[in-house]
Amino acid sequence: MPRYLSMVRIEESAIPEGGPSPELMQRMGALLEEITKAGAMLDTAGLTPTSDGVRVSRREGKTTVTDGPFTEAKEVIGGYALLQAKDKEEAVYWAQRFVDVHEDEMPVTLEVRQIAE
Amino acid sequence: MRAERAEQADRALDAVFRVESAKIIAVVARIVRDVGIAEEIAQDALVAAAERWPESGVPERPGAWLMATAKHRAIDLVRRRETYARKLAEVGRELADSAAEPGVDARVLAELAEAESEPIDDDLLRLIFTACHPVLSTEARIALTLRLLCGLTTGEIARAFLASEATVAQRVVRAKRSLAAAGVGFEVPYGTERAARLASVLEVVYLVFNEGYSATAGDDWLRPGLCEDALRLARQLAALMPDEPEVHALAALLELQASRTAARTGPDGEPVLLADQNRARWDQLLIRRGFTALTRAGGLTAEPGPYALQAAIAACHARAADYAATDWSAIATLYGRLAALTPSPVVELNRAVAVSMADGPAAALALVDALAAGPELRSYHLLPSVRGDLLERLGRTAEARAEFSRAAALTRNARERDLLLRRAAPRE
Repeated sequence: MPRYLSMVRIEESAIPEGGPSPELMQRMGALLEEITKAGAMLDTAGLTPTSDGVRVSRREGKTTVTDGPFTEAKEVIGGYALLQAKDKEEAVYWAQRFVDVHEDEMPVTLEVRQIAE
Repeated sequence: MRAERAEQADRALDAVFRVESAKIIAVVARIVRDVGIAEEIAQDALVAAAERWPESGVPERPGAWLMATAKHRAIDLVRRRETYARKLAEVGRELADSAAEPGVDARVLAELAEAESEPIDDDLLRLIFTACHPVLSTEARIALTLRLLCGLTTGEIARAFLASEATVAQRVVRAKRSLAAAGVGFEVPYGTERAARLASVLEVVYLVFNEGYSATAGDDWLRPGLCEDALRLARQLAALMPDEPEVHALAALLELQASRTAARTGPDGEPVLLADQNRARWDQLLIRRGFTALTRAGGLTAEPGPYALQAAIAACHARAADYAATDWSAIATLYGRLAALTPSPVVELNRAVAVSMADGPAAALALVDALAAGPELRSYHLLPSVRGDLLERLGRTAEARAEFSRAAALTRNARERDLLLRRAAPRE
């Protein structure tokens, strides 16, 4: 059964003051539990804000280390889920369920990528 | 455009149904009290969606749509049954006053309300316990579990077990009939019955995994699909029954065994023995998951059960940097405890292997010879295979080769036979 990494892309500027609503967290918790109970969830976590993050990059032979926040980026990775699914359609189904729990004013994009094995 | 939308709807429907079907069957089975009918109703909902969705588009919440459609059909069925029963009763009693039988619709409505509020987890557990009911043969339990819980088609089950599709289909039909005939209640057992019924569930999951892990027959040594279905079931059970130590222990065992999958076959699909496996190819995520599950099992009881002991043995292997660094005396002790708990010649044979590594081949040969004298393992290829190994290590080469040929003749797996024949052949 292939594994899929779902990267949760969010707009940091669109996160409401005080973080996501308790309702969103509750819906998300219920969904993550459902995916776990389906035996499909291998691992999942949220990431701290990009203000805590660092970018280490190398371009044209030169390494740069830049501290967050990554203000120039519209979307940043806010979390991930590692799933084991029968096929891409199943992974996409769970991804749809995940974006569906979000409120309209909080845009979210899930990038679903199969792990090369 | 239209064809494209239809195809998209088809693929989406397949995935949704696969993920949701067990839940739908489980919820419907509680309403109609029959897993066979529940499965038919779930299939009907699927057909309805296949007809509707290409025209209307995939609904916003496709899983909920399927569930609602199936529930309505189930309640319709119960209502028709109730009405029929009531009419029969009326005719029988020649009662003119039909109001004398109150509460039929109320009961159906209560059932519906209950269906809304009761957690699906309980329904899924009931479905698992029913599919693995001891009144069914092992083959029937396996087929029914793969069909109802894992959403495999009869064709897929047939391919996995090298049986004909007709055989599997018949097995499933007969199993459903046996359940109905035995009046098996759709429930999670409690009290004294629970342990026995749970053992039956865990056994099914374990057998499915093992059939995939070292296929008893056929050309492939491994059928990863079956392992994955079993692993998923084990994870599911652990999430549904968080207080049962042996459930976590089984999950731990399967995670740890599965972590070795990539290293267990060579480039041409031939089996690679534990001693020769490249441990860099063991899956660290699964190993970590296995350790976590084993710790949870250990936290729930001071007396590890058979799966916990087997998982502890697998954990010893996972911890060892290489074969030689394995804590063989710990493994021999664990096999000793396992043998005390579930005496079996296979466990004894495994203990002998561990003893051979801890105390040398001579000590182990005595154990294996005792087993060889008994009738139980007469047709089990691993007995001569292990004995051959010990003899080889003792320098008794000719006897060792004879044992490997005997083992090769006994295995039904082609890959394993090749390996054993190679060991039986004289070397320069």
